[in-house]
Amino acid sequence: MSRTAFSARLIQLGFIAVFGAAWYWSTATGSVSKLLLPEPGAVWLAFSRLVTTGQFWSAVKVTLTTIMQAYGIALVAGILAGYLISRSRFLIDVLEPIVAGFFTIPITLFFPMFILFFGIGIGSKIAYGATYAFFPIALNTIASFANVDMHFLRAARSMGASRWDTFQHVLIPSALPVLLSGMRIAFFICFASVLGGETLSAVAGVGRNIALAAELMESARMYAWIAFVVLTAITLNLLISGFEKHLSARRDVAWQ
Amino acid sequence: MAMTGRKREECNGRQAYWSRVRWTRFIIVLALVAALEIYGQSLADPAFLQPPSEVVRAWFFTVLPDTRIMSALGMSVFEIACAYALSVVFGVVIGLVISSTALSRQGFYPLILLLYAVPQVSLIPLFVLAFGLGPAAKIAFGFSHGIFPVIVSVITGMNDVPALYVRGARSMGASTFGIVRHVVFPNMVPSLFVGLRLAMTMTMLGVILAELYVSTAGIGYFTRVFAENYNPAPLFALIGSLAAIALIFNGCVRVAERQWSGMRSSVRAN
Repeated sequence: MSRTAFSARLIQLGFIAVFGAAWYWSTATGSVSKLLLPEPGAVWLAFSRLVTTGQFWSAVKVTLTTIMQAYGIALVAGILAGYLISRSRFLIDVLEPIVAGFFTIPITLFFPMFILFFGIGIGSKIAYGATYAFFPIALNTIASFANVDMHFLRAARSMGASRWDTFQHVLIPSALPVLLSGMRIAFFICFASVLGGETLSAVAGVGRNIALAAELMESARMYAWIAFVVLTAITLNLLISGFEKHLSARRDVAWQ
Repeated sequence: MAMTGRKREECNGRQAYWSRVRWTRFIIVLALVAALEIYGQSLADPAFLQPPSEVVRAWFFTVLPDTRIMSALGMSVFEIACAYALSVVFGVVIGLVISSTALSRQGFYPLILLLYAVPQVSLIPLFVLAFGLGPAAKIAFGFSHGIFPVIVSVITGMNDVPALYVRGARSMGASTFGIVRHVVFPNMVPSLFVGLRLAMTMTMLGVILAELYVSTAGIGYFTRVFAENYNPAPLFALIGSLAAIALIFNGCVRVAERQWSGMRSSVRAN
């Protein structure tokens, strides 16, 4: 590890230490209301109590199934729509601005409509999460398949590759990096939008439990839930970006 | 001469192509609206879906005359503007400070990315607890969504200033301020505007999430009332107004971007 890298690590650790100390200090001296910021010990206690309850695991299960279904729908619909659009330059020019324009307005606006159509059960969150995740997948699919180098396609065809061969050996490998990054972005958008939908209006799930703890003024429990969500998101993020790095490293090796 | 003739022909062909693209896009949107109208008139349950013509009528007869809805809409415009202004100012300042030295960039940039990865929706109740039910919570929540794309884009923009330019400017006697003003900042603009565009979407997301979460006042109250009373026409009209507001805000950012890049290229040309 070089000197600057070491100092950078030191800065990061120092930042986290200062953050923790400030939390401890402000609650110990009583300068911040316990309702707003409970002390670290209370949050830890609430967290350890929370994970032993069946209520915790059933909420996590509800949220997980919602995310998986929403993401699955978005994946199939987004890749299919994106691929079909990407087959013609004209279609891309016509439809891509509509899809991209839709993605720049917050789809959360339409959340009340999802509640109206699908009720406050799991269905509205699946539809909402799927709609939100559809756009990055579709946009990245269009971008990835539209920008495949023409030389590769022509070379493959002139060497007698069939349509399926071209698809399998040229189109897919060259589209994959952009496609995968769209899938990653969409996953986290799906994760956040399902949680958000549950926080806004739901009967079960992790988001609902955060909102419920806040409504009951049980701050320690709310922080415990938030900590769980934040840690899960960060872990997933590190795992997925690590996996992506691993893939691209392998690809670079295969390239040589 | 023959060359220019061919060029003109090519140009005309391109123009014809793009007008065809625009017309097709327009017809597709029109067909969608017409399909929705026919479906809404004939098959749909009026408690869940109303045709666009009814929505337009509801906009004129329910949303527009109701001063409470209009003031709620005006309030959300104000909140978005405030949150966005705060995100841009603080985001640029924090981004500049972090990217001022290699050490602080290596130290703080991963922390910023880590914070950026936190699903902030889970923090809504906390913001409402801290800032109350009024506009302050919504501005704060929009700000917390909008600031990260700005910081990240400033850092990435600052990072790829060619060292040669900086060295060249310094050797010609430019001050640090002069280098930032004439070398670093112009180089940062394209990346900055990518961040500013994303920040606008995120800010609106944050403000609207908070608006919908607080269902005792503002937009969230009216959407809840309309949805609970199975009164979709004014609900769609309200949502449509918000979508129009979002499009206008996005348009403002794009106009600013064009202005800036125009200025930049004219400076280059001089």
